[in-house]
Amino acid sequence: MSEEEKKEPQESGTAEAGEQAKQKTAEAEADPEKAAKLKAAAEARAARAAAKAAAEAAEAAEASAPPAPSPKQPELDAAAALIRREVADEALEEVYINELNGHMPTIIVKNDYWRSIAELLKIENDLTYLRNVSGVDYETHLEVVYHLVSLQSGRELTVKVKADREKPEVSSATPVWATANWNEREIYDLLGIVFTGHPDLRRIMMPDDWVGHPLRKDYEPLDSEV
Amino acid sequence: MIRTEELLLNVGPQHPSTHGVFRIVVKLDGEVITEATPVMGYLHRGTEKLAEQLNYTQIIPYTDRMDYVSAMTNNYVLVHAVETMMGLEVPERAEFMRLIVMELQRVASHLVWWGTYLLDIGAMSPFLYAFRDRETIINLFNELCGARLTYNYMRVGGVKWDAPPGWIDKVSEFIPYMEGKLREYDKLVSGNEIFLARIKGIGKYDAATAIDYGLSGANLRCTGVDWDLRKAEPYSLYSRFEFDVPLGQNGDCYDRYRIRLEEISQSLRILKQAIAQFPSGGETMGKVPRAIRPPAGEVYTRIESPRGEIGCHIVSKGKAEPYRLKFRRPSFVNLQILPKLLIGETMTNLITILGGVDIVVGEVDC
Repeated sequence: MSEEEKKEPQESGTAEAGEQAKQKTAEAEADPEKAAKLKAAAEARAARAAAKAAAEAAEAAEASAPPAPSPKQPELDAAAALIRREVADEALEEVYINELNGHMPTIIVKNDYWRSIAELLKIENDLTYLRNVSGVDYETHLEVVYHLVSLQSGRELTVKVKADREKPEVSSATPVWATANWNEREIYDLLGIVFTGHPDLRRIMMPDDWVGHPLRKDYEPLDSEV
Repeated sequence: MIRTEELLLNVGPQHPSTHGVFRIVVKLDGEVITEATPVMGYLHRGTEKLAEQLNYTQIIPYTDRMDYVSAMTNNYVLVHAVETMMGLEVPERAEFMRLIVMELQRVASHLVWWGTYLLDIGAMSPFLYAFRDRETIINLFNELCGARLTYNYMRVGGVKWDAPPGWIDKVSEFIPYMEGKLREYDKLVSGNEIFLARIKGIGKYDAATAIDYGLSGANLRCTGVDWDLRKAEPYSLYSRFEFDVPLGQNGDCYDRYRIRLEEISQSLRILKQAIAQFPSGGETMGKVPRAIRPPAGEVYTRIESPRGEIGCHIVSKGKAEPYRLKFRRPSFVNLQILPKLLIGETMTNLITILGGVDIVVGEVDC
């Protein structure tokens, strides 16, 4: 094979590519539909980029400008002020509005003060009805969530108490709200949180000789096939 | 002097009047109960643990199996929680369908309670009447979604199936039929001397105790506390309809009985208005993203089930599966007051009081 022959296909290759590109534009010119599609695609790309930029700008603006205050903010502030005045300044770990849940006022309290806060909320803040108690394993720590409501005014408050994963202890709310009794037993059973001051802390769902607490994230079933 | 030995008696777990696999260990002095210890967990399936490996649509059938007498309201509490988190709009027609099935479910559930309660107390025929009429509702549900008890009907953003042709007419035919039957049943049972002697003044507690124990539903309202979530914290379309919340005064089994019967007629009243306003067209599913991933955060939503406040606490980490899902089950919470009520009562009253609480063991154990 001579060198000329070897060269030829290459040349023809580039020539072909050039031809194809030419053809494409020609086709586009010839076919108005295709041209419109190309144009639309380009426009859509531009629009997307613009929208992204706008969203980023809005986000930045949101971050700099303070968000509108929640309608439940005064309620939350009043409850927090009451606790700080009556119990202790450092009793509250965090105070915030849970916007996702219809602006639910939420406080995180320190376990040492939880019992006296519970009494205060029930008597002074009229939160007589404990509607739900949940336990959550966050892997870094455990948390007990108390959902409270006043049947007179419909005012709500969520109280959270954090517990250490290795030695989980939370003061029991059962002496304040009798309904906490079985709820706390269930949390003890399934998550292994020990409620100090609970009158009857036993397993409630699992058998008495069960090993481990099933709702823990690192729980391993005894029989993996089950 | 007659001396009686203290007797430890096991009631359940297999006993017809415990309405499922629920057990109470009672200490008896003669015929009087001195101590009662409820034992549960025989039906514990670990729904909350299982849910952590399932996506939200897959969890819906599990809710059917909690309170299997009232599966529609259980469906609703879960999808409502997810919709709240994602801020989804539900089309009006879908919301109407939900409300209609929930109110039909309330009627069906109260009929089961009425029939079985009277059966516990010793009246056989009301049970047959109640189950005959409940069957009509179950057939309506069967036509709608192909299941008699575990419907799996609601979805995040709407309902799975639209009403088949003629279904709404069948519901509106059922309402006057049931109203007539309700009057008949009231005449048949409610004035019966023996029945009244069995339930009047039994299992009494006051409003403060009910609130302290977190009771809800008829168990709370029998003490005169006006707290029905359909009115107090309206969800769905309940604020559009006129209805009353029946209240008691004495907090005894008789008041609970009266409230549940009255709630059936109030449900029929809501149904009548809902059918009159039922939209003639429209979608049954809203715009829902293909993957249902609620944003990270947590939410607690609650609705009024036939047994009281059923709640759903979801902790999401922005994934398709919940990080933690907790159900607040009214049967479980309402049952707590039982040991307190039983002390000093006779064995016969144990059945009356337990039946009056209205539990479904699938929901107690979850």
